[in-house]
Amino acid sequence: MSKLSDHITSVIRFYIEGFRGMTIGRSLWLLIIIKLFIMFAILKLFFFPDMLGSGYDNDEQRADAVRRALTIDNVTTN
Amino acid sequence: MNDLLGVVDWSRAQFALTAMYHWLFVPLTIGLSVIVAIMESIYVRTGDTKWKGITKFWMTLFGINFACGVATGIILEFEFGTNWSNYSWFVGDIFGAPLAIEGIVAFFMEATFIAVMFFGWNKVSRRFHLTATWLTAAGVSLSALWILVANAWMQNPVGMVFDPEQMRNVMDNFTEVAFNSVAMNKFFHAVFSGWVLAAVFVIGVSSWLLWRKSNVDAARKSLRIASWFGLAGMIMTLWTGDGSAVEVARVQPMKLAAMEGLYDGNVGQSLVAVGFVNPDKKPGDNLEAIKGEISIPYGLSILANHDPNSFVPGINDLIEGRTITADGDTVYGDSYADRIVMGKAAREALARYAEAKSSGDTAAMSRAMDDVMANFKYFGYGYLDSAEEAVPPVALTFYSFRVMVMAGGYLLLLFIALIFICYRRKAVLEKPWLHWLGIISVPVVWICSQAGWIVAEVGRQPWVIQDLMPTRAAISGITTGSVQLTFWIFAVLFTMLLAAEISIMLRYIGRASHKNIEQPE
Repeated sequence: MSKLSDHITSVIRFYIEGFRGMTIGRSLWLLIIIKLFIMFAILKLFFFPDMLGSGYDNDEQRADAVRRALTIDNVTTN
Repeated sequence: MNDLLGVVDWSRAQFALTAMYHWLFVPLTIGLSVIVAIMESIYVRTGDTKWKGITKFWMTLFGINFACGVATGIILEFEFGTNWSNYSWFVGDIFGAPLAIEGIVAFFMEATFIAVMFFGWNKVSRRFHLTATWLTAAGVSLSALWILVANAWMQNPVGMVFDPEQMRNVMDNFTEVAFNSVAMNKFFHAVFSGWVLAAVFVIGVSSWLLWRKSNVDAARKSLRIASWFGLAGMIMTLWTGDGSAVEVARVQPMKLAAMEGLYDGNVGQSLVAVGFVNPDKKPGDNLEAIKGEISIPYGLSILANHDPNSFVPGINDLIEGRTITADGDTVYGDSYADRIVMGKAAREALARYAEAKSSGDTAAMSRAMDDVMANFKYFGYGYLDSAEEAVPPVALTFYSFRVMVMAGGYLLLLFIALIFICYRRKAVLEKPWLHWLGIISVPVVWICSQAGWIVAEVGRQPWVIQDLMPTRAAISGITTGSVQLTFWIFAVLFTMLLAAEISIMLRYIGRASHKNIEQPE
């Protein structure tokens, strides 16, 4: 058990020391965090709703909606 | 209908923008990870710490590119759910399974081993560190595999059955999906083209260092490795490109015809080396298709079928369902008019299925399902009003193909010349013209790489899934305005992020010119 906890501790220390020792990596992590924030907290939340995920209670309703769209709705050919 | 086309066009433009932006980073990540692993292998084998310094220099550039590119592909998944919900539902678990595997592989392999790569110097043994570097390179390529398996299914849908009840394609043969011949060619073609791109990137940066007369020894070593690596990548890209051409001829002959601007095919068909697409040319008319044409005799027959005397169909032949057999007989298969009839029958049967389902008439449901399945292979043609709608944009496909091939040919010559110079004419390495040639080749390789994807994806039009679903049927019921808004948000965001990446990279490379990169920190 103590061997396992020593191993986990050394892995955690490895990452902590790695992050502390970063130079250019700090700017890169900042860039990644800003990018992820824009993507998930702004774009996904306000601009990219899951069209079939919301508004339908189950997969059967979703299948019906797609069937309707593919047979009679916006893609009718005549 | 006009508003629908607006939504379709804007959504396509948005997807193209996002995918092309994502593809700026991916090939460099794929190729540079292997170059770094090769350099580190030399360090471990020789024990020469100069190679450690060189490895760390390129590894940092790999890290900058990786950080800037990471998660840019996620936006594509947002777009699937919002803009392309019919498509997302219709593809079912065909897309879900490969993308889930990709996510797991990417997370565990890349996240774990990249940490060892960057944080593990002097903390783990040399061999363990090298193993982590190679596993990162393998993980990066494996991530690409699953995305390309999903993409290849759109070009050649196999290993599934359509379920009208679920309105989804259900995977019934994972092996057929994963080892789809289009996927295999596409994967290796994309990976090896990534090698070429990364090699030219290394050549470009090394040329800049040589031009600045900074870190000359490290730059020469890098240039030599990149030239060999690029040549190997280019040979493999040519080989897999040849395989891709055969696959396109087999499963997407209309794409091949568009790539060549070929309307009336023939036995022993020539390949257009140089020419201009006649913008007025339409299927069935008598106008000249290509102006100022210089052709390679038998070239297209060899490229498509590895047989100089084989028949390659043109756009008119495909529309009419005409082909010429090896015995010289003209035979007719399903014309596009026939396919449109079958596609409309499948759609109509699907509508009958829905009506029967709502009235609880199971016998009618069963009959309708049989009719759907009997005509399903041409389901997508049911959305077309005329055969001409099944023709992709010829000019864009034609020119993109030639840009890719010509840029590739130039890069092949560049690698051969650089290898020759590195070993036989070392004095040329001091010439400024060579340095500038290396630097200006960097945008060339990116244009080449993007042009390849334009051929693959524009040539697939009007299909989002070959023969089964046209792009316009894949779209969600959203407004043009909402897509326009997010298109411009992405355009601004991506420009800023790209500027940030280039700025960070140039600053790092610029700093390297003031220090000895062979001296590891």
